[in-house]
Order: sequence, then C-alpha cells, then structure tokens
Amino acid sequence: MLDATLTLHPQVALRPEPFGALAYHYGNRKLIFLKHPDVVRVVESLDGTATVAETLAACHIDEARWPSFEQALTNLQTSEMLQ
Amino acid sequence: MSKTQLVEQLKGGLDAPICLTWELTYACNLECVHCLSSSGQRDPRELTTDEAKAVLDELHDLQVFYINIGGGEPMIRRDFFELLEYSIGRGIGVKFSTNGAFIDATKAKRLTEMDYLDIQISLDGTDAVTNDAVRGEGSYDTAIAAMQHLQDAGFGEFKISVVVTRHNVDQLDEFKALADEYGAQLRITRLRPSGRGADSWHDLHPTQAQQRQIYDWLILNGENVLTGDSFFHLNALGEEPLPGLNMCGAGRVVCLIDPIGDVYACPFVIHDEFKAGSVRDEGGFSHVWKQSDLFTELREPQSAGACASCGSYDACQGGCMAAKFFTGIPLDGPDPECVSGHGEAALLAASSIQAPKPMMDHSKPSRVAVTIGRR
Repeated sequence: MLDATLTLHPQVALRPEPFGALAYHYGNRKLIFLKHPDVVRVVESLDGTATVAETLAACHIDEARWPSFEQALTNLQTSEMLQ
Repeated sequence: MSKTQLVEQLKGGLDAPICLTWELTYACNLECVHCLSSSGQRDPRELTTDEAKAVLDELHDLQVFYINIGGGEPMIRRDFFELLEYSIGRGIGVKFSTNGAFIDATKAKRLTEMDYLDIQISLDGTDAVTNDAVRGEGSYDTAIAAMQHLQDAGFGEFKISVVVTRHNVDQLDEFKALADEYGAQLRITRLRPSGRGADSWHDLHPTQAQQRQIYDWLILNGENVLTGDSFFHLNALGEEPLPGLNMCGAGRVVCLIDPIGDVYACPFVIHDEFKAGSVRDEGGFSHVWKQSDLFTELREPQSAGACASCGSYDACQGGCMAAKFFTGIPLDGPDPECVSGHGEAALLAASSIQAPKPMMDHSKPSRVAVTIGRR
C-alpha cells in the first residue's frame, strides 16, 4: 500500500463537513464519511504525489499513525473512491 | 471516530442535506390512500421552471450530490425532462419516484441515455388486488408495464419502491423475487400516518406481530434491500441493529422542498409546525437550511421524554417524529408502533384529543353522482 500510487476517482466529489468530509461516487452512488480531517487532507493530497508513503510524509503524518491511514485508504480503494 | 460518534455529529446537522426530497408537483394521476403529500391536483403556486433552476443552482453551490424527486407524479410536469437534464448538467444526480404511467418505450429509451439517474417505481403489492386496493385500479398493470419498458430499454438497475402495509408484509419475498426478475433493486419503507395516510394508517399499518416479521426479514435480507433507514424503530427488537445510521434525519441530514417551494423537516411532516421556510424567502434554500429556527432546534439534543426510563431508547431513538405527530402522541412520547408495546397506551391516551391534521391537501374533489335532467 505504501508504495502504491493512488488517486481520487474522477467521479468522486468531496464535500467538507464539520467532522471531516463526505465523499460521493457519482458512478456507483456510494456515499462515504471521511471521519477525520487528517484523512481528508491525505486524500486531497494523493493526486500530487507518487506514492502513498510520500503523501503521508508530505502531510506530516506521524509514522506511528501510518498503519491506520493504510487501512482507511484501503477501505476507500475497495469502495472505488480511490484508484 | 466510531459510528456512534458519527451519529452524534450528524444529529448536530450538516452544512447541506445528504438526502433532499423535492416534490415537483402536487398533481397526480393516482389517488393512493396513503399518499404522504395528499396529492391529486396541481397547486397554482408551484415553482416555475426558472425558479426550479435557481434552486438547482443553489443546491449545486451547496454541493448537494443528488436529490430525490417525487410528487405527486413528477413526470406530469411539462418541464420534467428539462429540469432533470439541468440538474444532472449541474452535477446533481437525480433519483425520481414515479408510478410509471408516463414511462412508455420512447421515454424509457430517453431515460436510459441519461447518466446519474435512478428511477423508483412505486408498487405496493405483488398482485393487482393487493396493490390496487391502495394505489387505485389499474395501477399495478401500469407499474409493471413501466418496469417492462425500462428493462427492454436496458436501463439497468432501477428500484421498486414498496410501502410496507398489513396487507403486503407477507409478500416481501415475492417483491424481492420480482425485483430480481427485472434486474431491479428492492426498496421498502415504513408507512406513516402522513397526508392521506392519516386516515388510512389505522387500517393499513403492520400489526405488532408483523413488526417482528419485518425486522427478521430485514436482518436476513437487509444488506441488499434499501430502506431509507425508515425502520429504525424496530431496532429495539433485537441485539443486532438493522443496517444504516438508525437515527431520525429530519432537519439534520434530510429535508423536503414541496412543490410551492416550502421547506419542511422531512417528507412526512407537511404541516406548519415543521415548516422551516421557503426557497422563495430572502437567502433562499441555503438560509433556511443553515439558519431557520426550526432546523436549529431539531439539531439540539432531543429529550427522551416518556421513553427515558426504557432500556431500548438507545436502539430505537423514540421512533419517528411524523408517526407520533399525526397520531396525536407527544413528540417525546413513544412511537405509535413501539415494539415494546408502549405505542398502544400512547395511542389510547391520544384518542381523546384531536390529532393534528396534515396540511396542503390537494386531493381531487370526491366524485359526486350528478343526475342530468329536468329539475
């Protein structure tokens, strides 16, 4: 996962909310709650970086927290929010 | 953040609704006995095409991802396709509910060519007798014909939308099979005593034993069936919660725009008490959603009232506000269909008062036999 190149699916829109953001996939109609502002920050930064590790570093995410971000991004990949 | 924390957040309201229902017209070719909006005749004050487009512009700016269009029968509006195309063009997906009367082969083809569009065909029985008793003579055949047209046109997975009543609850498996047959997805929702439903609810709502039946069926089949989260009052029946957020979204993540532009807390509470404002007011929909007194109040922590001492309150959340309101039960009282049996006493207590009457009745005048001839 850390070496993977991920981008936001072109049919996904993010809407900021007090708890983080809502992600909506216009293709498969899935609505997902991004329940932490840091996850939103990371997802928004994916497009400008080559690997997930690079994104996490660029967003100054403490390495101790990387496993939980890997899990969150994997879930988003499963629901096709990320590709 | 856990699911519980998320639900707490959502109760405080979102910057824009997730689930916005917009009823385009009060006109309808049918007169279903449980119609939540008492539809029938068009209201002369209904939003014009330009006004409707201005609302869509606003929803676009609020980043509303999709809207649920209903009525009345929305396809009766002459600008139906124009508004559909405008909405989708502005990045707002559309799911619309219809009785299917206006979906012929040509329209089915046109609908199939559009992206970001979902269609819900309303059907309340898997046979004509059961369905037509509620939705009117011939409405079963009409719905099936529309489903056939959509399948023939290759629309893909449309939805079959069922209001669960005392008379069709035994048909849930058959509804699922029917949906599968047409490559459709099944959606079942709870009957509310709203609109004309206020008069028919007592005869149509599922019995206490049937509530258990619905719960058990949803535990088995719920992951593949849509419910609009409408059965959360059943959660007190077991350890396992039904799929979904299980909270009342009224004014928090849900609202209704009615055909004349009035904004209500949810589609089931068309009554002045739950009217937050109008899209025609200064500041438009945005102002109503973000600033109205009613929505602000609904986003405050709600009292458990009479249910506070019940161990099931966390599971059922006291049930549905609309169901209580139109049966005359206080809003902090139990749901009339409380699965722990507190609904019956509450209904009995409420029976001596006049329950609030649904407003905005657009039912067609009842037909009176006219004798033509000399006086």
